[in-house]
Amino acid sequence: MEIPYTVEPRPDSGLANGKLGVWLFLASEVMLFGALFSTYILLRVGAIEWPHGELNVWLGAVNTVILICSSVTMVVAWAQLKMGKFAKGRIYVIVTAGLALVFLVNKYFEYASHFARGEGPWHSTFLAIYFTLTGLHGLHILGGIVVMAYLVGPGAKLWHRNSEQYTNRVEYTGLYWHFVDLVWIFLFPVLYLL
Amino acid sequence: MQGTDPAVVKKAIRTYGIVGGLLLLFTVITVAVNQVHLAVPLAITVALIIATIKGSMVASIFMHLSHEKKWIYGALILTVMFFVVLIMLPNLTVSDTIGTVSPYTATAEHGAHTAEK
Repeated sequence: MEIPYTVEPRPDSGLANGKLGVWLFLASEVMLFGALFSTYILLRVGAIEWPHGELNVWLGAVNTVILICSSVTMVVAWAQLKMGKFAKGRIYVIVTAGLALVFLVNKYFEYASHFARGEGPWHSTFLAIYFTLTGLHGLHILGGIVVMAYLVGPGAKLWHRNSEQYTNRVEYTGLYWHFVDLVWIFLFPVLYLL
Repeated sequence: MQGTDPAVVKKAIRTYGIVGGLLLLFTVITVAVNQVHLAVPLAITVALIIATIKGSMVASIFMHLSHEKKWIYGALILTVMFFVVLIMLPNLTVSDTIGTVSPYTATAEHGAHTAEK
């Protein structure tokens, strides 16, 4: 039996099931990160002193640039597929995954320098919330890489069977990816600058 | 993006490039403002305003929220409402006075005890 409304929109919502599903998933993600941001506010307001300048601003800024570029490449990948250009679309998805990997490598070096100084999450309240927020965000980046690897790898066969469904999958992955970028846009000033 | 007309898609790609450039520019501004060392409340306000502008651009252009279906807007409005409650939770813990003696009650009780003596 074929799954209905993977490409054509449902008559009641006007949306393909996957799109509404991804948006509902993103809504739950907003609550997940919202709870942690709320925790950050509670900890910061309640603290007598809050450390400033503990993190490498330039490394954080470079990671922001990387994620913004990856968002652009992701949305361009989808636009290429919309024009029927599979090879170009696939390359843009690969570039996006590559940028995501560079982000994680930067994060690894950042974490490693903290641990080398004995500054793990146990060191202070600030570092505890820093590792929690950036760790969870990093896991989301990793999840994105896995999905993109599937899309350009075994999942690419779908293009030849149903190109519209494949394009939709790239669009939904893009929605998730832009959300991950959006979270970092707030994490960067909150953790690195303020 | 409406339809798959190559001209429309190419125009959209140009828009994505411009928005990407603006996002990078705002990132540079955020870091530059941080180097000025403003007072903490002002620095927080400026940084969060810029982050909100950047976030809105990502959501409206890259995630196509500027022209989505009402079901998605409905789901997001509900999410924003709960998100605001979540962010306000720390305030609720501060204003919660259950089980604590308020200064007014304490003064009144102290006055009553003094009068009894």
